Amino acid sequence: MSLTLDQVRHIAKLARLELAPGDAEATQAKLNGIFGLIEEMQAVDTTGVEPMSHPQELAQRLRTDAATESDRRAAYQTVAPQTENGLYLVPKVIE
Amino acid sequence: MIDSSLKEIAAALRAKKVSAVELATESLARIDAGNGRINAFVTVDREGALAAARAADARLAAGTAAPLTGIPMAHKDVFCTEGVLTTCGSKMLANFVSPYDAHVVSLLKQAGAVMVGKTNMDEFAMGSSNENSHFGPTRNPWNTDKVPGGSSGGSAAAVAARMVPIATGTDTGGSIRQPAALCGITGIKPTYGVVSRYGMIAYASSLDQGGAFGYSAEDCALLLSGMAGHDPRDSTSLERETEDYSRNLNRPLAGLRIGLPTEFFAAGMSDDVRAAVDAAIAEYRRLGATTVEVSLPNARLAIPAYYVIAPAEASSNLSRFDGVRYGHRAAEYTDLNDMYCKSRAQGFGGEVQRRILVGTYVLSHGYYDAYYIKAQKLRRLIAQDFAAAFEQCDVIAGPVSPTVAFGIGEKSDDPVQMYLSDIYTIAVNLAGLPGLAHPAGFGAGGLPVGLQLIGNYFGEARLLNVAHQFQQATDWHTRRPAN
Repeated sequence: MSLTLDQVRHIAKLARLELAPGDAEATQAKLNGIFGLIEEMQAVDTTGVEPMSHPQELAQRLRTDAATESDRRAAYQTVAPQTENGLYLVPKVIE
Repeated sequence: MIDSSLKEIAAALRAKKVSAVELATESLARIDAGNGRINAFVTVDREGALAAARAADARLAAGTAAPLTGIPMAHKDVFCTEGVLTTCGSKMLANFVSPYDAHVVSLLKQAGAVMVGKTNMDEFAMGSSNENSHFGPTRNPWNTDKVPGGSSGGSAAAVAARMVPIATGTDTGGSIRQPAALCGITGIKPTYGVVSRYGMIAYASSLDQGGAFGYSAEDCALLLSGMAGHDPRDSTSLERETEDYSRNLNRPLAGLRIGLPTEFFAAGMSDDVRAAVDAAIAEYRRLGATTVEVSLPNARLAIPAYYVIAPAEASSNLSRFDGVRYGHRAAEYTDLNDMYCKSRAQGFGGEVQRRILVGTYVLSHGYYDAYYIKAQKLRRLIAQDFAAAFEQCDVIAGPVSPTVAFGIGEKSDDPVQMYLSDIYTIAVNLAGLPGLAHPAGFGAGGLPVGLQLIGNYFGEARLLNVAHQFQQATDWHTRRPAN
């Protein structure tokens, strides 16, 4: 399998990564090298094998539906690029 | 004093032969003298270290000290430290001062350990050489033209250069064991779920596991005992009683069955690594162990499966870095989407972007079953191989890395060559098993060679016991690089 340049650009768009105009070819070459390695796994017959997501086969624990966190908004917002009146600021999305 | 074992340091602290402030000062002086050359530390927390050391001295005087009280140590910069810069080796987090502590960090603080700083790493723990750091590569203390391994290369180099006696690390595909081997120290990655991932910046959540570096297995046992334990804030943390990982250190090795995987000893290992690994196994036989050949037929699939699962989980985990709540935000953009795309392209390095792209593709519509689910099926086959092997043996031994430390720049342009250097370590993460690396001699260029020991689930104390017995009979772990 190998990715076309258009596919590389599409994935970059999905991943919200800006690709510089001259970078698409170099990225394509490296990604195709990686997919060459990954393709080795398609040769193995895995019929009837259950996928494994946790080595101990644990289901996610559920906690009781109760508020346990204290309000640390001010501390968390000190690391934000831009805030105002306790809100995170982003560029205007609705005209 | 910081060249001594933790046991000796702890005894000296209690006998008032040395104070925690003196130990921290010694560690800071070593960092001042050597970090310009090694680049093991991204951040040195001088004031925090001295304040923690003074508090440790007060505890020692009051008789309320824990085993790690007053011991200088370093955290890999993947662990969040409240009030201290936490960069994860990335431009994205170059200015991120964490508002909270990782579980591991708070446990070690409570134990009175003295953090002197944060160590360099491959960006977001993605790499095997430490060259993917925004803060420049860490250099191997044995030869500064060589890599220290990665991704926990800064922690391994800091311990190898005797800047600190112990350090934390994380291991997603070999990131503790490989740098420990390449730097000539001991490192252990426990069973998945033993060390809390809370506050450990996520790379591949189903594989990421914190662990310990030290001069010896005995020291790693003490550090791991201070790091492990159930934490309800990590949904994959296992609900088990805490353990004293030092409890079995003195058990003799007579009767120990060591499995040697045929696939690990086939072509691929360089001659110098093979010679050191064979000699270490011969030493284990002298100590009373028997060896048995085992087979891990699906181990060769570990790298392809890993490079689907890890990037898939990474692309999801790293979507949180959007320039809104924390991290880098581009200076100029046209709209919200452009701000996301530019902030991420500027904040992430090349390898991180590649893994996000691979992960985005394998999780995209129509490919999920062919890649992610397929890789999870291979993961089960790999885990089943280990289960069958452990019916015949107590631990598995083999190489950690196919070669000694390679040159800085040697593999940095070829991701696939870099990925292949983790051939012996990755299967252990996919199965979720504990693994340890300990020094086993020297290879080409006088560079250290490590031996890998793999245990069954929750076999950490056994692995540490086995390595400790080896270190009672050999002196490889006491060798240190010339300054």
